[in-house]
This record gives sequence, C-alpha cells and structure tokens, in this order.
Amino acid sequence: MSEGEAKTVASDERASFSWISALRDAGFLALFTLGLSFPILAFRTRQDLWHGLVLDPRWDLVATVVAIAFFGRLSWLVVGGRVSRNVQSFATQVGEVLAPLQNYKGTFRLVGLIWLIAYPFLAVLIAGPGGALKWIDNFGIQILIYVMLGWGLNIVVGLAGLLDLGYVAFYAVGAYSTALLSTYFGLSFWICLPLAGIFAAFWGILLGFPVLRLRGDYLAIVTLAFGEIIRLVLINWVELTNGAAGISGIPRPTFFGLPFNASDEGFAAFFGLEFTPLHRLFFLFYLILALALLTNWVTIRLRRLPIGRAWEALREDDIACRSLGIDTVTTKLTAFSIGAMFGGIAGAFFAARLGFISPKSFEFMESAVILSIVVLGGMGSQVGVAIAAVAMIGGTELLRELGWLKSIFGAGFDPTQYRMLLFGMAMVGMMVWRPRGLISKREPSLVLHEKRAIGGDLVKEGQG
Amino acid sequence: MDYFLQQLINGLTLGSVYGLIAIGYTMVYGIIGMINFAHGDVFMLSVFIALILFLLITSLFGGLAIAVALVLVLIIAMALTALWSWAIERVAYRPLRGSFRLAPLISAIGMSIFLINFVQLVQGPRNKSIPPIIEGGFEIQIGSGDITLSYKQILIILTTAVLLAAFWFIVQKTSLGRAQRACEQDRKMASLLGIDVDRTISLTFVMGAALAAVAGVLFMVQYGVVNFSDGFVPGIKAFTAAVLGGIGSLPGAVIGGLLIGLIEVFWSAYFSIDYKDVAAFSILAITLIFMPSGILGKPDVEKV
Repeated sequence: MSEGEAKTVASDERASFSWISALRDAGFLALFTLGLSFPILAFRTRQDLWHGLVLDPRWDLVATVVAIAFFGRLSWLVVGGRVSRNVQSFATQVGEVLAPLQNYKGTFRLVGLIWLIAYPFLAVLIAGPGGALKWIDNFGIQILIYVMLGWGLNIVVGLAGLLDLGYVAFYAVGAYSTALLSTYFGLSFWICLPLAGIFAAFWGILLGFPVLRLRGDYLAIVTLAFGEIIRLVLINWVELTNGAAGISGIPRPTFFGLPFNASDEGFAAFFGLEFTPLHRLFFLFYLILALALLTNWVTIRLRRLPIGRAWEALREDDIACRSLGIDTVTTKLTAFSIGAMFGGIAGAFFAARLGFISPKSFEFMESAVILSIVVLGGMGSQVGVAIAAVAMIGGTELLRELGWLKSIFGAGFDPTQYRMLLFGMAMVGMMVWRPRGLISKREPSLVLHEKRAIGGDLVKEGQG
Repeated sequence: MDYFLQQLINGLTLGSVYGLIAIGYTMVYGIIGMINFAHGDVFMLSVFIALILFLLITSLFGGLAIAVALVLVLIIAMALTALWSWAIERVAYRPLRGSFRLAPLISAIGMSIFLINFVQLVQGPRNKSIPPIIEGGFEIQIGSGDITLSYKQILIILTTAVLLAAFWFIVQKTSLGRAQRACEQDRKMASLLGIDVDRTISLTFVMGAALAAVAGVLFMVQYGVVNFSDGFVPGIKAFTAAVLGGIGSLPGAVIGGLLIGLIEVFWSAYFSIDYKDVAAFSILAITLIFMPSGILGKPDVEKV
C-alpha cells in the first residue's frame, strides 16, 4: 500500500467513526464481560466452619472488570487504529534495527559468555556473600536449568517440528536414574550424569519409535500420554521410587572427589579456603552453564550436518522430505532421542542439585512451561529460547521479590499466582501475533550464494 | 454376577459423562482439524459455574424443588459455558486460521493453562464440595446379591440419552447441522456456497461447550466435589474416547466414551485402582498408534 492510499484509508476511518457505534460496541463488550464473569468471578466459594460451601459476592470486582472492558474497548476504538499501526511499524523497525546485529554475532557471543562467567563473582561483589546465595541459586542456576531444557526441547520442537508435550518425562527419567543409581548402587554423580543422558535417550527411542509415524497433533497427544504414564508409574511404584514421598539423600556432586562441606577432606580445606556454602553454588552454576553451553554447541553443530538440515526440512514439509528420500522415522527419532538425552542430563543435574526429587516436579505443567519457553523464543532460535527462559523464569523469581505490589493490591496479593496465568496468555498472544516467536527472522543454515534472512511473515505463509 | 452388573452400571454412568465431553472434541476436530486442548478445562469451568449457580439458586429460592433447581442450573450453565467457549474461540483460535498446523494446538494449550490458573485464582486452590444433591435409589435383587441403581445414575444416563437425541436431531435435520457437515467436508466450497463458515465454527464450539456443561452439571450431581485441576484428566480421557470412537464421528464419540468409562471402572474393580489413569492413557497411545481412525472414523487420507 502506498503512502497516499494509507492516508485515504486513515481519513476514511476518521470519517466513518461514530461515537454511537463505538459506544454500542463497547457496551456490547461490557455486557459480554459481565456474562463471562457472572458466576465465576462474582461469587467466591468458601468453606465455612461446618464444611458447607458459602458464597462471598464480589460485585465490586465484577464492576471493575466490566468497567475496564468498556473503557478499554472505547479508547481502543477511538485511538486504537493509529496505535496498532504505530506498534506494527515499531515492531518492524525494531526487527530491522536488530537484523544487522546478526553481523556482530561473534562479539555478542563473547560478551555474553564473559558476562555469564563473571556473573557469580559480580553477584558476590554487589550483593555480598549472604545476598549472593539467592542471586546465584534462584536466578542463575534455576534459569540455566530452564535454558538447557529449552534448548533440548528446541531440537525436538524448533528444529524437527515435533510437538512434544511430554518432555518432562525425560527430565524425570534423568533425575530418577541419577537418584536410584546413586542411592542404591552408590555411583558417583559424574558416572550418573552421562548414564542419565543415555537412559533418557534410550527412553526417547523406545517411546519415539512407535509414535513418530503419527501426524503432528496426534504425536503431541501421545507424548503427553507417555509423560503422564511415566509420572503415574513413578507415583505408584512405591517399592522402587518411594512413591509420592520422593527420594531424598541423593549424594551431592563433588569436585573431583572433594565434597563441598566443612570437613577436613572438603573442597575448602583442600585448597586452604575458608568454608562457605558459596563454593558449592559456584560449582553448580559453572556446571549447569557448561552443560547448557554443551547443548547449545551440539545443536548448532548438528544443524549444519545433513541430519540437522533434514530436521529443518522435515519441519517445513513432511511429504516433500519423503519424496526426496529422507527416512522420516529415523530422522525424527534422532531429534527425539537427542532432545531426550539433554533433558535427561538436565534431570541428573536437577536431582543432584537439590538432593531430593519427587514426582511432583515432573507434572504436565512443567512440560508446558518448557514448551512455552521454546514457543516464546521463536521455535528454532537458540538466542530466543535463552531470552525467553530468562524472561519467564527470571520474571517469576522477580515476581516473588515484588513486595511493594502488596501495598497496592492488599496483603493477600501473591504475585507468583499470576505466573502461569501470564504464561498461558503469552502463549496464546504469541500464536496470534507472532507465531514464529519474538525473534522470527532467521538465517538459513546452508546457503548457495548469499545469505538472506527468512522473515517470519514469509515463514508463516509457508515460503520459508 | 451382581458385582459385575454393578460395575457395568457405574461404568455406563461415567462413560456418559465422558461421551458428552468427547462430542466437543470430535466436532471441533471434524470441522477445523484441531485438538481443542482447552475443552477439558472448559468442562472444569462449567462444573464450577454449575456449583455456584446451584448454591445461588437454592439459597435465593429456598423452597424450590431440587428438580426445578437442577433444570435451571443446567440451562444457565449451558448458556454461560457456551459464552465462554465462544469467547475462547474468538480470541485464541479464530485469528489462527491459515497459520501453521501446530499453531492452534499451542494456542489451545496456552488457553488451557490460562483457564486452570484463572479458576484457581478466582476460586481458590481447595476442593469445593457440596452435600449430595440426590440420594437414594433402587435396590434390585439379582441372584444372590443386590445391585444399587441410584437415582442420580438414572438421571445421568437419561439426561445424556435425551440430550444426545436432541443434539443428533440438530446435526442431522437442521440447516445449522447441514452447514456444519458441509464445512467439515470442504470449508472453502461451503463458503462459496454462501455458508458463513466463521459463524458455523463458532456454533460448533458453542454446542460442544454446552454439552460439556451438561457433563459438568452431571459431574456435580454425581460427585459433588470439584477442584481447579479436575479438567485435565477427564479432558484427556474424553479425548481418548473421541479418538477411540473415531475422531470426527458423533456416534463414535459416545461409543468411545462409554467404552472408556467401562474400561476404567472394570480396570479399577478387577485390577488396580492406582493404575486406572495409566490404563486410560495407554489406550490413548495404543489407539493412536495402531488404529488412528478409531472404531467408526474414516481413514485419514493425506492430500498433497
């Protein structure tokens, strides 16, 4: 559309804008919101002292929501068209500004790496040894676990285009194999770590083999079913897994045989340092950082191999791949089992980090969180997944910190309750507005003459 | 023998609830080829709506007969749940027509997460239970033992049968049903022939949700307790029912629902109650792997 045309359209819109129709529209939406919120929002059920249910009316809340709907819609109708166009052009501009940054990839990578390596030290410097515990553990290690899981799942979902709703099952396989091997057979963490990866990959092949012939959405549901079956077996097979109570006393990882404790054989004593719990956290942080980077490195390398290119081709068009002689089942199976392997390794780390695991950590919601990280990151983009993990997991942790919100919304306000609500909304919003993720421009892995970034809009139309 | 018959009755009751939910999955899949992952949570929402409405109506009109109250609850809950489902379709699925194949499923998963947490947030995480609404039943002497056919089981099976008949009539005999079947076969052609495809799809969601609300009210009558996480497992089981019966086929969904209900009840009765969900999930996996077109479904032909 040329600029002149755009102007005419804009003035047409202004001419056809009428307050009456806008008010009617907003009023309709308000009525609609009232209908949606009538029983579920207007009354809160509460168990009284005699264990009967009583209803607490909350009409003030309903009134607020309806008013927000009404005035929100009204103001959107008045200025919305312009705002939406501005936002769209802004998003395109941001995309255009960010695109040349691809050329400085190497620099970014280096700066990022240095920052990550320096992170625990910075935390100690800024927050002091006591305050740093939280920053390294809750933010650093927690986020990096999800970055690793996201990258692992990215191989399956982002590269091969297989929607896996049961990824957490492999995380569970890794965690439980570490827990069982180390508590029953006394194997050290360093032996359990690769074993966990191998077991998870094995389970990936075992589960993947029968289901990978299925179409995309059926595959998703079957993986969900398998994930739930594994969780239910973990709960019910009490003799082996101690059921819902979980396994505790999993040995912590050691530094080449030196445990992180205050004893004379400990890490601190060996190096002549004063014992602090920070040593273990530093160690765990660098360990998960190394594991996550390994995942990333393997993924990037694999993408350039024929198998990786086959994955991406498969994601775009299954039938074309088959016609070109790609063995789709084997190709999918490799992606599935490699993804599973990284999930298993992350699981092993998870088990050893906390020293305690229970089936509660491996529910479907966990799969959903990892999946939403991959989806928000733009399915296939490594950087995007990392950013999404930082935003979502770090954001959750930040929500915990925001005590001042309590002073606005009252003492009963718990921001962390909104976390999954926001995840869900973000997933829907992502699919509606930017189905290929925040970072949707992507470079082809292999080029003939010159590199041309594939725009998300083209990918959406099936041309990418 | 009496134990077997008793379990048969229990299984059919449970199966009717699954069948009602399964219709919502099967119709939506039939018409836009999408797994409406949030449907189980719409069902859960409908149980909450029904529960609140029931409490409200009985407290407002104290002397009202239970039967009248239940009919009122049923009608209002159907309408309100349908409204929710319409809104969900409008916000989360309609903009995705023509997006890549997995987009609607991912959006539906997001919606499902949203609904679960929304209900948890506004109604609290605890179980909500009410005293039994309908008590008593027939005791039937069979051979050496007794079996109980409670009034609520009769109510559930009868309601399911009546509503399915009404629903069957809509799909087979009305113009809406014809439009729906036309969209199922070829959306583009249907729109060329003057069918409002968007409206038809919306109405499909509305009908599915209304039936899920019926299942919700019956669930409330049968169990009298609900929790925000109660949508997930029944949702998966109902989806299993839809797949087992042949996705896209309405009678298939009902047959599948009854089968899943029977399998679950007999599995719990004769094998192990701990693994009853494992049984349902395994059936799902096995059906999809070995018999993806189900009992009554058409084989899926891949068009290039």
